Amino acid sequence: MANYFLDNSDIQFHFKRMHLQETVAIAEDDYAQSKHYKDAPVDYDDAMENYRKVFEVIGDLSANRIAPRAAEVDHEGVQWHDGAVTYAAGTRKNLEELSKADLMGMILPRKYGGLNFPFTMYMMAVEMVSRADASLMNIFGLQDIGDTIRKFGNETQRVEYLPKFCTGEHTGAMALTEPDAGSDLQAVKLQAYQNEKGQWFLRGVKRFITNGNGQVLVVLARSEPGTKDGRGLSLFACYGRDGVVVRRIENKLGIHGSPTCELQFNDTPAQLIGSRKFGLIKYVIDLMYRARMGVSAQALGISQAAYEEALMYAKDRIQFNKPIYSFPAVSNILIEMRVTLEMNRSLFYRGAQSVDRKEKLEELIEKRKEEGKSITDLVAELRQATSIAGLLTPLTKLILTESANNITYDALQIHGGTGYMKEFRVERLARDARITNIYEGTSQLQVVAAIGSVINDILRSHFEQKEAKEYLGGLSQLATCLKEIRQLFLDCLRFVVDRKDTSFQDVAAKDLVELYGYLVIGYLLLDEAESDSRKVFIANRYILGSLAQAKRNVECIKNGMYADILHADKILNG
Amino acid sequence: MYYSIVLVKQVPDTANITGNVMQEDGTVNRAKLPAVFNPEDRVALEMALRVKDQFGGKITAITMGPPRASDMLRECLYMGADQAILISDRKFAGADTLATSYVLAEAVKKIGGYDFIFAGRQAIDGDTAQVGPQTGEKLHLPQITYLEEILKIDGRTVTARRKIEGGYEIVRCTLPVLVTVIKDAVEPRPFSARRVMSHKGAKSLMEIEKMAEGNSLLYVDQLVHEYESRELFIKTLTMDDLKLDPERCGVAGSPTKVYKVESVVLSGGDQEMIEPTKTGLGKLIDKLMEDHILG
Repeated sequence: MANYFLDNSDIQFHFKRMHLQETVAIAEDDYAQSKHYKDAPVDYDDAMENYRKVFEVIGDLSANRIAPRAAEVDHEGVQWHDGAVTYAAGTRKNLEELSKADLMGMILPRKYGGLNFPFTMYMMAVEMVSRADASLMNIFGLQDIGDTIRKFGNETQRVEYLPKFCTGEHTGAMALTEPDAGSDLQAVKLQAYQNEKGQWFLRGVKRFITNGNGQVLVVLARSEPGTKDGRGLSLFACYGRDGVVVRRIENKLGIHGSPTCELQFNDTPAQLIGSRKFGLIKYVIDLMYRARMGVSAQALGISQAAYEEALMYAKDRIQFNKPIYSFPAVSNILIEMRVTLEMNRSLFYRGAQSVDRKEKLEELIEKRKEEGKSITDLVAELRQATSIAGLLTPLTKLILTESANNITYDALQIHGGTGYMKEFRVERLARDARITNIYEGTSQLQVVAAIGSVINDILRSHFEQKEAKEYLGGLSQLATCLKEIRQLFLDCLRFVVDRKDTSFQDVAAKDLVELYGYLVIGYLLLDEAESDSRKVFIANRYILGSLAQAKRNVECIKNGMYADILHADKILNG
Repeated sequence: MYYSIVLVKQVPDTANITGNVMQEDGTVNRAKLPAVFNPEDRVALEMALRVKDQFGGKITAITMGPPRASDMLRECLYMGADQAILISDRKFAGADTLATSYVLAEAVKKIGGYDFIFAGRQAIDGDTAQVGPQTGEKLHLPQITYLEEILKIDGRTVTARRKIEGGYEIVRCTLPVLVTVIKDAVEPRPFSARRVMSHKGAKSLMEIEKMAEGNSLLYVDQLVHEYESRELFIKTLTMDDLKLDPERCGVAGSPTKVYKVESVVLSGGDQEMIEPTKTGLGKLIDKLMEDHILG
């Protein structure tokens, strides 16, 4: 029987190489939880065994139940009638089974009915589910909404909201976007006001809300009248049944199984999450780490599915008396896809672990504070972990979602004319991939989010350490290539900074972030190649390809081609 | 509250037969096939779980089989069975349906206290559909075979729909009852992640013995006690535990002997046009009777 965990050799590769000792120990209170819960692991090996066994269940569910329903879910889509939203029959069945399998509260603590999985492991689950049906990720992958309440809400709120997320009775939505506040969330207008008893109410409109029909909504609203920026916004939780109307759902290009709602809040009673005025500047920024990783997982799942379709088709399709797989022009595309897929996964699990570490250090600090213990040693560690997660999160989102578009594009190309037809899965995958580099921050915004870390070269000592390391055999040549890329990067960085021209910097940012990405990923792949001979091929193609790309980035930055930005009006309106 | 016993069997995965598994004489080399949970038995367990979900109660899954059948019993626990029992003894080897149902019936008697016995209609390896009914018969129970749906459970009475050729019938009987279910009755639920984690370490006596074999510091009795206290012991019954008549077990108790195995290869042959008339249809029926396809 097919199994998206057991069949996927690259997931297996990464699962075996995970080093989650520190995060799991923190999550499990140094394994003290096993005294109270039968499903809690007694040590690290037991924890990994737990995850492995649960992934076998998810791999089976994804391959044999969710994936076969995906075409029908896409075809049927979500229905809206008189304000009521109905999922496709397949989606309802998927959610019922995921709930029965106890998988709707994977990252929430056991005391609220969750599985207490580390974030990284949850991401692996999201990857597998997305491979089966990308649109299901927009419900299954929203578990961090519960986690946001867990993290910033109070105990009463946790007890009220979390158990029903875990049983699957409630699903959630994160209501941030408004008609005039998309990428610019500081412009959020939805009004939050209090009555004389201190009860909060919400009034206004939200748009493009994924799963906005969910029972629990976490809403960004303006609690400070008269303010105009992010400092006047707070975060609230409310129930959809309390006067929230789904005015319409969007008719979309892809992810048809996921409802995208326009919501009208009619004096909906709400609870403040955390402190006033911290809604955007602290809580939303924090939840973006996890949400962006979630979308990256979705993109990766789609890429995997598209690659599998393309590979299978290329082997089956006979032209000129042989499978098209054996034509170098086709196998070259497949290799490019496969290398991209594997470098994506390497970056993804590195990125997910960085977010995991940041989250767990924060938890540990909270716990130490409650116990009245010193936290000085942890603060510096957290600062560093946050800085790394702050780079790797947008970098992962940028690279994986753009890759998903490239891989689905190539997969469709390999199918030729048949790929353009609705009968084949690949056209759905191409449509589903298209949103990933738009929502939870467009690729352009990921560049903005990453550029600060790149300009400050926050991984400088990491790269210097890698450059000092001796790689054996053919790998030493690849290491030399990476050194060359780093010199190109440093040279460009100096060039851009010295220009002191902000509009030039804005344009060149994309090239700089890409250059930094080659280095981050290149060294990950180089290290993998040291322990696995097949991975040498992956590192080789990626690093040599990156060097060629890096030279292009340098040329673009230095040859003055971006100077025409100053003349945009003339060019565009001529 | 209803107490259910579910009869389950581990079978070779005949749904995924590949080239090198078939032997020259047309039989299947079982050792080369992965062992799986018989699909209809899994449906039977789901049916028991739904009764439990609705009315409360307890579920015990039992199997007669080799030690490796523990894998399937753990899967029963992952789905939601409260207890799993392995009935295993070398002397059970070679049992046909008569000997198997004797052992199962005796085990069920020893367990006692049940309201329902659920079983799959048949196993995908033998396709006899006999073990369930024979077990019921030995226990003098009413039985509902080919069950599609339980319509109502009211006190000590169950009303159910069973599939018959060309339709269905609705039957009612008193508890306790033996039920065999068909594949399409209900869709088995996925394993519960939480139960997978809490029960992954469940072990049968044979598995515990194996652990002890490899380590002189471990004692079987102590280990059994420890596993029992953690509710992770898959209770294991042997011929002696059940005080069975050896003459009725295994090969000795099995009158069924395989006379011959024939490899039937179905292939396309000649075409024959038959007119869509009464005479034509008559001819078709005669022809099918002649080839023993009908009748």
